[in-house]
Amino acid sequence: MSPQPGWAARQAALVLPTGVHNQVLFVLVIVAAAAVAVSGFVGDAPNRLVSGRPIPLWSAADAPMTAGIAVCGAALSAACLMRSSRPRDCAVAVLAAVLLLLVLAAAGQAASLLAQSGKPASRISLGPAFWVLASCAALAVGDALQRLGAGIVVQAGAVVAIVSGVLLLTASGTFDALSLVREFEIRRQTFADAVMRHVSLVGTSVGIAAFIGFPLGVVVARRPSLQNPVFAVLNILQTIPSIALFGLLIVPLSALVSAVPRLAEYGVGGIGVTPAIIALVLYALLPVVRNTSVGLVGVDSAAIEAGRGMGMSPGQIFRKIELPLALPVLLAGLRIVTVQAIGLAVVAALIGAGGLGTFVFEGLGQYAVDLVLLGALPAIFLALAADFMLQILTTMLRRRFAR
Amino acid sequence: MIEIDNVTKYYGDRRVVDRLSLTVPAGDFCVLLGSSGCGKSTTLKMINRLIAVDAGKIRVAGEDIGAVPAEALRRRIGYAIQSIGLFPHWTVEDNIATVPRLLKWPRARRGDRVTELLDMFRLEPATYRAKYPHQLSGGEQQRVGVARALAADPELLLMDEPFGAVDPLTRDDLQGELARIHQATKKTIVLVTHDIEEALRLATHIAVMREGRIDQLGAPLDILEHPASDFVADFVGRQGIGLKLLSVRRIADRMRPGETAQGEPLPLDTSLRDALSAMTTRRTDRLPVCDAAGRRIGAIVLADLVR
Repeated sequence: MSPQPGWAARQAALVLPTGVHNQVLFVLVIVAAAAVAVSGFVGDAPNRLVSGRPIPLWSAADAPMTAGIAVCGAALSAACLMRSSRPRDCAVAVLAAVLLLLVLAAAGQAASLLAQSGKPASRISLGPAFWVLASCAALAVGDALQRLGAGIVVQAGAVVAIVSGVLLLTASGTFDALSLVREFEIRRQTFADAVMRHVSLVGTSVGIAAFIGFPLGVVVARRPSLQNPVFAVLNILQTIPSIALFGLLIVPLSALVSAVPRLAEYGVGGIGVTPAIIALVLYALLPVVRNTSVGLVGVDSAAIEAGRGMGMSPGQIFRKIELPLALPVLLAGLRIVTVQAIGLAVVAALIGAGGLGTFVFEGLGQYAVDLVLLGALPAIFLALAADFMLQILTTMLRRRFAR
Repeated sequence: MIEIDNVTKYYGDRRVVDRLSLTVPAGDFCVLLGSSGCGKSTTLKMINRLIAVDAGKIRVAGEDIGAVPAEALRRRIGYAIQSIGLFPHWTVEDNIATVPRLLKWPRARRGDRVTELLDMFRLEPATYRAKYPHQLSGGEQQRVGVARALAADPELLLMDEPFGAVDPLTRDDLQGELARIHQATKKTIVLVTHDIEEALRLATHIAVMREGRIDQLGAPLDILEHPASDFVADFVGRQGIGLKLLSVRRIADRMRPGETAQGEPLPLDTSLRDALSAMTTRRTDRLPVCDAAGRRIGAIVLADLVR
């Protein structure tokens, strides 16, 4: 028997204490509390190369800050016990957002307190309790918004509110003493270049993949006999490990450049940007082609027959019926590909393509976790931002084509 | 209006339409009736060139359809199908205005035409024009589908089992509306169905089809009273044939002018079947009859029904 709707909730209710009306929030609160109880909120190390001594939240931050976090936590625990209602979910969203900002502020505060007493070479890094607490708070915001059935506008509003809070904290120098920020200060210019390079790698490769993939998807949708061969090739490409693909491209591209030396003038080479973009495009093709063809095949055949019967030309049927109806699926493909490319482009640093991966591999080489984070965190935020913006674009286009 | 002249169509080796000839005069309501696979839908779709003719000629309004670009031809011919095929991303207004837009009518004229059609199908224009197809019931969707087929005022309307997917009550309503619209507009309509009751109710002529040919072409009464073959007799049904006969005849043929009776009068165009039903439920053998203006002009008597 397949699980009924609400089955999971009922199972959870059997395990969880009675009276808990918001199981998701309950689990988040428990996990966050446990992390704060047993692990360090920040780590204090004499220099960047050794791992730090864990310091719990209550001794790292000052009393008012700790109390503020505790009050937010207590209020959220109380919310678990309240029956589902809009006011409850609104309150949870606001409380969790405040908690998130408090946790960030506490981390900054802890770092500056420790820095005042420590040596200049000492490093204050973020500990497990910080990451778990911040993630749980962010998830609680997301869950509350989902329960409220928030539309894209409200979601965007929440994101803007939280991001401006973080920017405000940053501008006021809250985070200056954190080792992550110190690593950033040292590499301010390289960091900006790396972000730009990363974005341009992703933008170029997704653009090329769309340029090749959309027409290919249309062709595959029109000729089902091509489906098997095309998808077979693209699937195989998808299964090649990314590091291997980057490496494999060095040989043919080097050969190409030595055969046609003029190509080198255009920046083509066995290592660097060219193989990175080629690899990213190859990985992006499968989702683009598949979603394009699935989207087109999924268009109601009755609508197409009606269009034909009323005298629409094949071009009109494609532009006015098939394309708009397939567009959400098509854009979903683009979203997958963009997020995927942002992650894969990190690996491209291995073959000298630059980008945020530079910091990751440099950090790995030096065993400097904060340097790894300096590469990884912006990549994560880029991916989230790209995902969110493409989601907004999908919603807007859907409304526009809805006429 | 339509002349189908010795037309043949093959699917692979199978001859689905076999040297078929049929003339549909202007203003006629012609029903192609037959079981599935008899070639009736194929025949219909050859008229607007959704399916190409393998041999023979089809003329619409005297013009060989092969000589007109397919898209231009289709914009002149209304087309409604069982699965309706409303465009889910367009409003009712935009759906109905599809062909007028293809024909580049000015916006104001399109808007007026949509209002007129929504009124004709008894869908309140102010409420319905901005709705999306998924907000409509099945019956409303099919009304919009037929309205869309009529939007550019085509000389000819082709309908492929248009009421096959709606519930019996809604189907009855829609058939009534189609009959009314045919009366009012005098459009030439070709409708494909396998439902004998639908054919009897709507058609001025029925073409009973079998294996790609027309077994019999005639008025509904003709087909019932004088089936040309055993197949036709079987298809229209030997059982209940009496009731079917009653359903195609009108009170007007059997009324006793000048006589009177008690109760609510029946209009002149009521079928004898409905009259019989009314007598049964009202427990009487005599009912008054009124004309279109509601004046009592005579009576209908049970004995006359079975004369």
